Order: sequence, then C-alpha cells, then structure tokens
Amino acid sequence: MKNSKALCIAVASGKGGTGKTTVATSLALSLTPQENVLFLDCDVEAPNGHLFLRPRIEAEKKAVILIPRIDVEKCLTCGKCVEVCQFHALAEIGKSIMIFPQLCHGCGSCAWHCPSKAIKEIKNPIGVLEAGLALKGIRFAHGILTISEPMATPIIRQLKKWQKTETGSVIIQDAPPGASCSVVETLRGADFALLVSEPTPFGLHDLKQVLDILKEMNIPGGVIINRDGIGDFQVDQFLKQNHIPIMMRIPYSTEIASAVAAGKTLLDVSSNYGLEFKTLFSQIKKRVMENETC
Amino acid sequence: MILIISSQNADINSPVDPRFGRSQFFIKYDTNTNHWEAIKNSSVNQRGGAGIAAAQIAVNHKAEVVISGDFGPNAFNALKAAGITMMTFLQDTSTVQDTIDHYKQGKLNPFE
Amino acid sequence: MLNQANPIKQLVILSGKGGTGKTSISAAIADLARDSKNKINTVLIDADVDAANLSLVLQPQQSETYEFWGGSVAEIEKSKCIGCDLCKLLCRYDAVFPYADGSNSYFIDPIACDGCAACVYSCASEAIRMVQQKEGNWFHSKTVYGDLFHAELFPGKENSGKLVTLIKQHARLWAQDTQASLIVVDGPPGIGCPVISACAGADLGLIVTEPSVAGIHDLQRILSLLQHFKIPVVVCINKSDIYPKGKEKIRQFSSDYKIDILGEIPYDKHIIQAMVQGRPVTREYPNAPSSKVIQEIWNKLVCRLTKC
Ligand code: SF4
Ligand code: SF4
Repeated sequence: MKNSKALCIAVASGKGGTGKTTVATSLALSLTPQENVLFLDCDVEAPNGHLFLRPRIEAEKKAVILIPRIDVEKCLTCGKCVEVCQFHALAEIGKSIMIFPQLCHGCGSCAWHCPSKAIKEIKNPIGVLEAGLALKGIRFAHGILTISEPMATPIIRQLKKWQKTETGSVIIQDAPPGASCSVVETLRGADFALLVSEPTPFGLHDLKQVLDILKEMNIPGGVIINRDGIGDFQVDQFLKQNHIPIMMRIPYSTEIASAVAAGKTLLDVSSNYGLEFKTLFSQIKKRVMENETC
Repeated sequence: MILIISSQNADINSPVDPRFGRSQFFIKYDTNTNHWEAIKNSSVNQRGGAGIAAAQIAVNHKAEVVISGDFGPNAFNALKAAGITMMTFLQDTSTVQDTIDHYKQGKLNPFE
Repeated sequence: MLNQANPIKQLVILSGKGGTGKTSISAAIADLARDSKNKINTVLIDADVDAANLSLVLQPQQSETYEFWGGSVAEIEKSKCIGCDLCKLLCRYDAVFPYADGSNSYFIDPIACDGCAACVYSCASEAIRMVQQKEGNWFHSKTVYGDLFHAELFPGKENSGKLVTLIKQHARLWAQDTQASLIVVDGPPGIGCPVISACAGADLGLIVTEPSVAGIHDLQRILSLLQHFKIPVVVCINKSDIYPKGKEKIRQFSSDYKIDILGEIPYDKHIIQAMVQGRPVTREYPNAPSSKVIQEIWNKLVCRLTKC
C-alpha cells in the first residue's frame, strides 16, 4: 500500500477531441478543496488545460535536452561518437564532426564514449515548463513544445520530474491524443487511467489502442463515454465483452458543447457534475486499492 | 570525378531511386575509369536521420557529385559542408546508366 | 482541373487540436476529387499513424500489408551479465532494472528503453545487444476513392515520423507511376515529429479548426509551424456555430494574418452518421448542410492548387 503517496490519475483517449481536457479539468475542480490537487497538462504539443483552469504562472523553467558540443582542440576525428550515435545526429565530414541538434535524443552516449573527452554536453532548449496556482487553489503545471521542435516526450518527462517534489493528495495528468510513446510517458507511474471515448467508429478504434497500452503497462483503467448518443453502440458492446467498466456517461448537448468552447467546464454547466465526479473519484480510489492488494 | 547515384538495385542498369536517404543502394561511378560499384545502404531501415547516414556514406566514399531525386535538409547541409555537389535526375530518367550519360552530357542541374 | 503535366500537388490537412473533424473532411475531399466533373486522379495518405481512422470511412476493398521495422531496443543476455551496474548508471531513460531473483544481473524494460545503445557500447562483458523492433504495419489499399496509403503503429511505440515519411514516399512513387495529379494527406494532431513529417513537401495546408478556446489556441500553434516551413495555408471552420464569439475571433485572426477562410461548416449530425455508415458525408448525404459547404471548400481548393 502506498497511502502516503499521492494518487495519480492519467486521463487519456486515443482519439483527439473526445473531451479529455474537459473531463480532466472538471475532475480537478470537483475534488478541490477536499483534496490537494496537482494538475499536469502533458499534451505539450497542444496544451489546453490552462484555458479552463486559468493558472497564474509563477514559475518557469526551460525544457532542454543535452546535446554534444565538441572541443575541436581535443577532437581526434576518430569517429567514435558517430559510430555510437544511434540517431544519426552526428556525421564526420572532412576533418570535423557535424551536429544535427534536432535529431539528438540527448542520451549522452557520444560524450561518454569519446576517447579524448572532447565532448561536453550543453543545454539545448526545446520548450518551456510553467507552473502556478489555478482556480480554486489547484496547483497547475504544463509543458509547451517550441514550434518546429520535433520531440515532445522529453518535455513530458521533465515536466513530471520538475513537479515531483510537490506534495499533494491527487495528481491529474492530461495526456496527449494518440497511442504512441508520449502517451506511454504520461501513463508511466500512474495508479489509474481514465479513458475518455466517444461512441463512434473512430472513438472505438483509437480507444482499443490505448487499452492495449494499459494492458502492457499493467495500469487499471475505466472509461467515460462522452457525447453519449451521437453515434452507435459499438463502444458499449466492446467494453461489455471485455469487462471494462464504464464509469460515467456524459450526454451530447449543445449546451455543453458551447460551454466548453467558451472555456468553461462541466461544473459550470451543472453543479450535479461536482457530485458525479466525486463519486467517480471514490470509485477510482476503490479500484486502485483492490489492484494493489491483489 | 566520383559520382554516387541512388538506385533501386545493385546494378548500373537498374532504375534510379528518387529517395536519397532511403534508397536501397548507391551506385558509385568513377568517370575517369568508367568503373562502377554498388554500395548497400545499411541505414534504410534505421530510425531517423537516414539522410545524414546516406550523406556519411557519400563522404566516406569520397564522392564529388551525388545525384538523386531529392535531398532532405539534413542531408543537404551535411553534403554541402563536405563540399559535395548535389544534382537531381532529369524528368525522363529511368536507369542509373541514363543519369550517368546525362551527367556526362552536362544536362543535369545542381540542387540548391 | 489540375493540369496533368504539372508536378503532383500535395495538400495536407491539419488541425493542431484533435477531433476537429480532419478525417471526416479528408474523406469528403477524397470523394469530391473522384466525383468532380473533371475527375482528379488522387492518391490518399492517412498520416495519423497512431490513431489511423481514414480507412474506416473509405473502406478499402483490398489491402497489401507490409511490415514496419523501426528502431532497436537493448537486450541483456542474463548469463553474461556480471551486475557491474554501469549500464544502469549510464541509462538516462531509467530502463535498466536488477532481477528480483537475487541473481545479481540486470534486465531492460523495452517500453522505457529509448534505443540509444549507450549501454551496449559500454558493457565490458558484451552482454548487451540491440534488437530491432517490429513497430507496426503499413498498407497500400484500393478504395473506390483512389489508392490509400495508411499504417498502424503498434500501441506505445515511438512516433518518430519515420513511418509517416515511409508511407508518404511510397505514395509519391505510386502517384508518379499512375500519373496522379494530387496527393491528399490527412495529418495527425499536434505540432511535433509526425506533423512535421506529414507537412514535408506540401504545396498547401488546409487547417480544420473549431471555434472553441482550445481550437483557437492550437490553430495559432499549427499556423506558426506551417509558416515556419513556409507552406501556404488556408483555413476552414468546422462546427462553426457552437460558439459565435469564437467564430468571430477566428475571422478576426485570419484577416489579421491574411489567411483565407474557405468555408464555415455548421455543426451537423450527418457527419457522424456518415462516419458510422463508413462513408464520406458528401456521398452518404450529398444534400446535408455540411456536404454543401465542403463542396464549396473543395471548389476553392482546386482553384488554389492549380494556381500554386
Ligand atoms: S547525445 Fe546521444 S543522440 Fe545526441 S548526439 Fe550524442 S549519441 Fe547521438
Ligand atoms: S539502449 Fe539506451 S535507453 Fe535502452 S537501456 Fe540501454 S542506455 Fe537505456
């Protein structure tokens, strides 16, 4: 049992635009002030959580990866660094080594293996991390990938590390869409995954992908069906057949759609949602405890 | 002059490959001796940076001219730094041999 | 009509934010291209490889499947490992763990491993090697709307953009061989690696946005990306009536930046109904309000593409 540790809930979806951020922010707002909530927006390519939680940013930090810098005086142009780099971020051209920062993963292998210690690692910024207090005292942090930088995953990793020292009772992590490694990075270490889906063929297809990840990572999860009623019943049928619990349904309504478009959460639409999310939270807690004892 | 041409197969009569980094083979051709040699592109199946790896092959083989369909920005920068001339195929090119002839006739345009 | 003698044009459809209707609109465009008076020979690409949905609407009759082998991950041979701890020390991805059986040897978590091979080159007893991973499949499919190139990245794998680049290259070769005049790329959400790969070589970007605070925020980010790569761009607004103030903002923003809005598609249930039927909306409900606007958008796109 890890009672002393905060409960970490990741919110993911597979398909984009199913209401992940709406659910994550509404959940965060329903749990305060009883719980001490830390909200991490891990969708660093298209971060939107701040539009709903309106943090006042008080702290800022650069998200960096360490890239090699070569001291030409010491470099023997032996080509060892080019050999070890798996990502072709280095090339030996004539009598010098060329560096391609956008391909570098910051693994440090070249610096470690250089026989003449000619490689120093320098910080190459690829985005920023920001944090501050948001509505209702929620502690908020997000990462923002700089335009034209390709790699999102290192920023998510650094965002989580940066906020590690923050204490709190609940951590909510809003994942990016899709089902690739950036979603894995968001889910890593989570106690529970809340998956937001919509009842359409697209919603189902992409939900299955994320469920596969959960299975592989051994993280318990449950599904929220958003915009219930707009499509077909395939998501329902699939979840039933696979014994995956549906934890909540949010009906489609133009009222909700326009409220969310205007930057409001479900709590602004109806105060009933506050209660619903609290119930959802106690269900999640129960599931996590069961998972840990068995 | 040493030319390197991206090729779909390991033969001078095989069709050219318009992709520089992901080309299966390179044909290395020496205009002084008319001798040619096929080089397998070992990095076709690697993650990312294929253009740079291909440029590295060209550098290691002391190519002076590289001919392909297109060059990505990374390959372009690497080849440029190495002082290698880049050229593109003519529209109606079919085989590596054609391209070599076009080169000798001075018909090819540099890639910039 | 697109001039056949000209080089192949590439249209990329993007949104920044997910779920704005990119794929439904891409499918409708595929349908309209096939159906317009002067039929345009089009090759289609679904570049959203970790949530690939275009084929659900275009319903291929037949597909060829190819394996996609991506990067490698490290693997430790247990019997050779002497437990020196160096790999664990070097690994920046926290991927190395000791066995719990008290054997004083280590193993590597393939999900956490980034594939950098720092451990491989440093292991004194040569216990570690790189093993290439099959990371997905890609498909060349025949649909009634044209040839479709799409892929499925296995869940959790790195979306480095390489798979996107790969299917785009195959699509381009196919387009050349079949003398197609247009390539339509249904792009992924976000602004990272796979999006950058999806945009490469595009002649025109169509951004499908929605009038919500989140949609507008992400619209600005994707616009900056396309401007960075100097790709001309046009916009269409989907679900244009859900938040009038948001729509005004997009209009204002577009006129400030001199970007044309090609059409405003109202929220329309037919779009999802058509998706459920597995058909493009323009084909299933040609008279639906959304279909009519998409038709207009298409006409304007053709104009644009023939000019550019
Ligand atoms: S840090 Fe790693 S990825 Fe970057 S150049 Fe060095 S070896 Fe290559
Ligand atoms: S290859 Fe790199 S990421 Fe993988 S275990 Fe070895 S050091 Fe870690």
